[in-house]
Amino acid sequence: MKKAILALADGTVFEGRALGFDGETVGEVVFNTAMTGYQEILTDPSYKGQIVTMTCPHIGNYGVSREDVESRRVWAEGFVVKESSRKPSNWRANQGLDDYLRQARVVGIEGLDTRALTRHLRDHGSQQAVISHLDLDHRRAVEKAKTAPGILGRDLVAEVTCREAYAWTEGSGRWAPESDGNGQHKPTRPFRVVVYDFGVKQNILRRLVDVGCAVTVVPASTTADAVKALQPDGVLLSNGPGDPEGVPYAATAVKQLLGWRPMLCICLGHQILGLAMGLRTYKLKFGHHAANHPVLDVRTRKVEITSQNHNFAVQAPAGSPSAAAPMATETSFGRVAISHLSLNDGSIEGMVLLDHPVLSVQYHPEASPGPHDSAYLFHQFTQMMEKHHA
Amino acid sequence: MPKRQDIKSILLIGSGPIIIGQACEFDYSGTQACKALKEEGYRVILINSNPATIMTDPELADRTYVEPITLDVVEQVIERERPDALLPTMGGQTALNVAVGLVKRGTLAKYGVQLIGASAEAIHKAEDRELFKQAMAKIGLKTPDSGAAKSREEAARVVERTGFPAIVRPSFTMGGTGGNIAYNREEFERYVDWGLAMSPVGEILVERSVLGWKEFELEVMRDLKDNVVIVCPIENLDPMGVHTGDSITVAPAMTLTDKEYQVMRDAAIRVIREIGVDTGGSNIQFGIHPETGEMVVIEMNPRVSRSSALASKATGFPIAKIAAKLAVGYTLDEITNDITRVTKASFEPTIDYVVVKIPRFTFEKFPGADPTLTTQMKSVGEAMAIGRTFKEALQKAVRSLEVDRCGLISFQGLDRGLPAEVNREDAIDRVRLALRAPHPDRLWHLADAMRLGVSLEDLYTLTKIDPWFLDQIQEIVEFEARLAADAHQPSTIGHQLLHDAKQLGFSDERLAQLTGLDKREIRQARTGRSASDVSRGVTYKRVDTCAAEFEAHTPYLYSTYERDCESRPTDRKKVVILGGGPNRIGQGIEFDYCCVHAAFALREEGVETIMVNCNPETVSTDYDTSDRLYFEPLTEEDVLNIVEREQPIGVVVQFGGQTPLKLALPLERAGVKILGTSPDAIDLAEDRERFRDLLNKLALRQPASGTARSVADAARIAASISYPVMVRPSYVLGGRSMQIVYDEAGLTAYMGSAVRASSNHPVLIDKYLEDAIEIDVDAIADGRQVVVAGIMQHIEEAGVHSGDSACSLPPYTLGDATVQEIRRQTGALAMELGVVGLMNAQFAVQNGTIYVLEVNPRGSRTVPFVSKALGVPLAKLAMKVMLGKRLQELGFTAVPVLRHVAVKEAVFPFTKFAGVDVLLGPEMKSTGEVMGIDEDFGWAFAKSQAAAGVPLPNGGKVFISVKDKDKPAALEVAKRLSGLGFLVEATRGTAAYLQEQGLTVEPVNKVQEGRPDIVDHIKNGDISLVVNTVGSGASQADSASIRREALQKGLPYYTTMPGAKAAVMAIEATLKKGLTIRSLQEYHGPRT
Repeated sequence: MKKAILALADGTVFEGRALGFDGETVGEVVFNTAMTGYQEILTDPSYKGQIVTMTCPHIGNYGVSREDVESRRVWAEGFVVKESSRKPSNWRANQGLDDYLRQARVVGIEGLDTRALTRHLRDHGSQQAVISHLDLDHRRAVEKAKTAPGILGRDLVAEVTCREAYAWTEGSGRWAPESDGNGQHKPTRPFRVVVYDFGVKQNILRRLVDVGCAVTVVPASTTADAVKALQPDGVLLSNGPGDPEGVPYAATAVKQLLGWRPMLCICLGHQILGLAMGLRTYKLKFGHHAANHPVLDVRTRKVEITSQNHNFAVQAPAGSPSAAAPMATETSFGRVAISHLSLNDGSIEGMVLLDHPVLSVQYHPEASPGPHDSAYLFHQFTQMMEKHHA
Repeated sequence: MPKRQDIKSILLIGSGPIIIGQACEFDYSGTQACKALKEEGYRVILINSNPATIMTDPELADRTYVEPITLDVVEQVIERERPDALLPTMGGQTALNVAVGLVKRGTLAKYGVQLIGASAEAIHKAEDRELFKQAMAKIGLKTPDSGAAKSREEAARVVERTGFPAIVRPSFTMGGTGGNIAYNREEFERYVDWGLAMSPVGEILVERSVLGWKEFELEVMRDLKDNVVIVCPIENLDPMGVHTGDSITVAPAMTLTDKEYQVMRDAAIRVIREIGVDTGGSNIQFGIHPETGEMVVIEMNPRVSRSSALASKATGFPIAKIAAKLAVGYTLDEITNDITRVTKASFEPTIDYVVVKIPRFTFEKFPGADPTLTTQMKSVGEAMAIGRTFKEALQKAVRSLEVDRCGLISFQGLDRGLPAEVNREDAIDRVRLALRAPHPDRLWHLADAMRLGVSLEDLYTLTKIDPWFLDQIQEIVEFEARLAADAHQPSTIGHQLLHDAKQLGFSDERLAQLTGLDKREIRQARTGRSASDVSRGVTYKRVDTCAAEFEAHTPYLYSTYERDCESRPTDRKKVVILGGGPNRIGQGIEFDYCCVHAAFALREEGVETIMVNCNPETVSTDYDTSDRLYFEPLTEEDVLNIVEREQPIGVVVQFGGQTPLKLALPLERAGVKILGTSPDAIDLAEDRERFRDLLNKLALRQPASGTARSVADAARIAASISYPVMVRPSYVLGGRSMQIVYDEAGLTAYMGSAVRASSNHPVLIDKYLEDAIEIDVDAIADGRQVVVAGIMQHIEEAGVHSGDSACSLPPYTLGDATVQEIRRQTGALAMELGVVGLMNAQFAVQNGTIYVLEVNPRGSRTVPFVSKALGVPLAKLAMKVMLGKRLQELGFTAVPVLRHVAVKEAVFPFTKFAGVDVLLGPEMKSTGEVMGIDEDFGWAFAKSQAAAGVPLPNGGKVFISVKDKDKPAALEVAKRLSGLGFLVEATRGTAAYLQEQGLTVEPVNKVQEGRPDIVDHIKNGDISLVVNTVGSGASQADSASIRREALQKGLPYYTTMPGAKAAVMAIEATLKKGLTIRSLQEYHGPRT
């Protein structure tokens, strides 16, 4: 059994067993508390730059399948689990986790006290870390972690976005949320939607197809004019990795598109919208990475259980709406109101522009992994486009 | 939404006695609900016939009715108390059925009582299998193809379509009662008849079998704003075909991808919405085809359940408490998560450990019962264990069961490799045979099969247990082989190897077996390392609902072998209470009641309480019962680990029944202080020789006895003390145990078949005191003073296990002098034993002579009954005495004079075991108890019978068939019943005798004498009461069908003459005066 270590920048070191690709890796170590969906997590481009720790102790139980990917490859820089299953068991599985990681050249570690690691990150914050199978010297590994570049201010989007625009036509098929067939609005014609790929999860694209959209995905650096030239009915700002301040060009483009066509912003897209409107963003201590976070819709007082994955959040404007009374604040783009709040820590989970057709959420309405509670947002987006068109 | 102001008082219905399928979990949920509603300022009115519950403690509700849970009684409660609302979802199927009954009767409408939590329509839709299927079809979900039938013919038509194997499920029963899997037409007809009889509405569902499909359960919560959360996905290791209560279950679900899980989650949400459960928890079961992923909905429980108790304990999310708050109008986001204190209840718990629940069976108590596991639940209890991996949790769960298996021990002697004398092929054949059908030992056979090299593919084909689980078990087995190869002496056991073993959940005892070392050597090898090497010791982690994302403020702990320990013991004065472990026959909720009271008492005294238990159904394992909760197996190793970490002033072993008592001596030897009565005194009471000396010293009598080490020995002893004698092995093997034998032939048969007496395993022989009255006494002592709290007279004669006998407090036929003498003897015994705390003694009175049968210096099964009957919290007082308080100080020096009579009646699981005789004997068979309380014995007894589910008739025809010895007594019974207007029917012998005495009796054929016979009469509904006593041997077998038929028909039947006489007294009382009810608060409140 090959040994491995996980060394944190603050000097904490965990010993464990080597998992996946034999090597060494650096990244910001975060924890995710979802009990299912490790394959979706590994392939989520938002994890670029990060080493993911799963708090659920058994990972790999159901293996991996060709269907359950969120992008064309694994993006996580490293993978930390309590125990990787040697026997994948599921009717759709075609490979085991360890194999999959090897093939994807992802360095992992298992057999360590992941709860201790999680508590450490909770108390001391996410930080740079090194997983090594090659050099088990604690001191050297910590040194490497310390000197590794952090994610603050970095443009990780450039590393994950598509090189050129492409059309997307595949829907969720049998995995579509139940609510789709449940009296939800069906658009009268296909809407053309341009998706800014900041690291888009494929399930966002599938969900757009599900609700009747013709989808074109464009690189993150696409200018507003180029988007306008495509004459879409709506624009979607996708999720993506890292710090929104690392991609100033995105906010610039968004400023020019705001109010032009209906817009749905998700995760990093939501943060970029915030920056475009002149709001500030900040880094959370250990981020939100989970499939069980309750979000309150402050307008209906209904709660959605959401899938989340972000390290940054939009700062509520000074003197602005409190959690209890989220009234609108004036910005250079008209009034913005908080629509959703995290019930866990009160942070902003959604905004609406009162003067423009824009929906914006910090969490993941496309789920994958996670609950389908917020699936309705895609329908709201098509309704917005329909209304705007009419 | 804030709580509702338009309702002020709420009626809560409990689940009644503990039966298979409905156990302590409803005390846990009911107690949580009571507390939550009281906390919100509502007036809570409670009815539950089970005195051994915490929820019936008078402090928990404003009005507590320990009365039969029948429509008439509940209606009277409503009439007296005029509640604004009724919450029917906390008391299992019992409460739901009563609530539906009250709606149908118009009672709720008449008194303006609202049903909260679930509407009558929702209950009906969920419970009626046909309506449920339609509802599922409407929302596009599949259910196994099926059809309802009300007759054999209809059933035959349905099965034409659905095919074999076919599942037969009776409507409106709980725990799958009457459910079966039929593989052929003959079985089918038998099961259809049985199912139709078991269903209270005479309806069954015939269903396509989804045998072998993967089985999952989701616990769903919904509030009035239609927010829905899933508390926990649970996966059954045993695939479809085994009742979930009999399955090993695992949380979280292990083999579902996120895509599949979310589809299931969506389905669950649609189900709860469609069925229309407004608020609170529901349990929804799904089946998944292992090769295609096809999903079917199996069923839904629109109420809290055993699974919701499990999910609560597995996640730290208190489903019942929150369900109660939702029922009065709160929404999930308005309720704070107790454990994190910062987050809300509107989230889905995520867990970073694995929970394994394993059922506890007691087939050894029911010879003749089929131990094959099917769709009808047969287990009587369960243990839960938490570990960081499935393997660790599984091994901890196995040792939590307390079935003398410290791990996955080999049944075929393969623990240390294949012995030379064992032929591998033969062994494989044996194990394959054992694995053909699911039964309680399947897990152990699987491990043996793996030891013999049977492939996982083969095992999957045989059992359909998911390969992931099989591989996990295989990992354990592989590690055993590594151990056996590596370790032969403590010095050679590698540091790492031992640590790895502990991480896999191996107990020290199991490691000792595998290595041939002593378990103490293993412990030393583990703990004797340098103190700085902390990473090698046991660690404790917290259950926090959130996988450490937020800080946990509730010390709900489990052990594991990891890097960090989160136990963070305080330096307060503290006491460890050892709980009772899984429910089983003989040890159930009564002991949990005592443990919970001990915790309450310690809290009152300002002492920190630390609870150790592994039974997920209980109140004791609620995280707010004690200051700290260790959810751990109750073994010497696991308890010592906790004691070492916590350093309490002492450990309490008196309250949890036999489980902790067994640990008293080993713990004391390890230097642990046992509070209260000394372990030596406990041993003294249990050791036959020492106890005999003690009785001699006190000049007390006991039945003549002897110890036989051979058959000849036994015959000689039996002859010298004279027949009949009671015989039992000094050790119990597979549960074969006590029997009363009347002659040498019987003795020889017993010695030959049941036990093999030897010098190592002697057989104990006691004089059986025929027709003696048995007395149970509970007393409390502080070392200086003894208070005899309760003297209970058994209704059934000595020889029927005390746990199975009905009893009356105060005694209903004993003279004052005898009672005084029993009081004196109890006092003398308690003083001599040096009892500090509780003591239970059993006496027999034969022709005025008092014999001591046994003494147990600990809390007994009757403590809660006596406490409820007297209005005195005995267990609490005992705990305080054990802390050094004097009874004088506590103001308990005499027992209040009762102006009422309380009768305890036992409740049996016979309906679950087809083919088992219902006769009572020295072996305990009851699963639960009820209490009837009233001004006189007759009414109290009548209530106890109604509460036990067999209300006495007030007219009709009594059937009497008794053995010769009982004929004079039968005459009295027959005469009095005739006088009350009953017709009498009797078998020839009995009829002739009664006719000779001048009674009008209709003779009836015995079963072998030609048709129509008595069974036909019972079937046709001609009989309202059965009195049937039999001797031993052939007459028992001949008449068994009479008793089975009476049982199946739900008729009251009495198999002893004292029981029949008590029934007559009860019928007389009920004919004289109508039903009246009073709450415990009225019985025990200030007297006017």
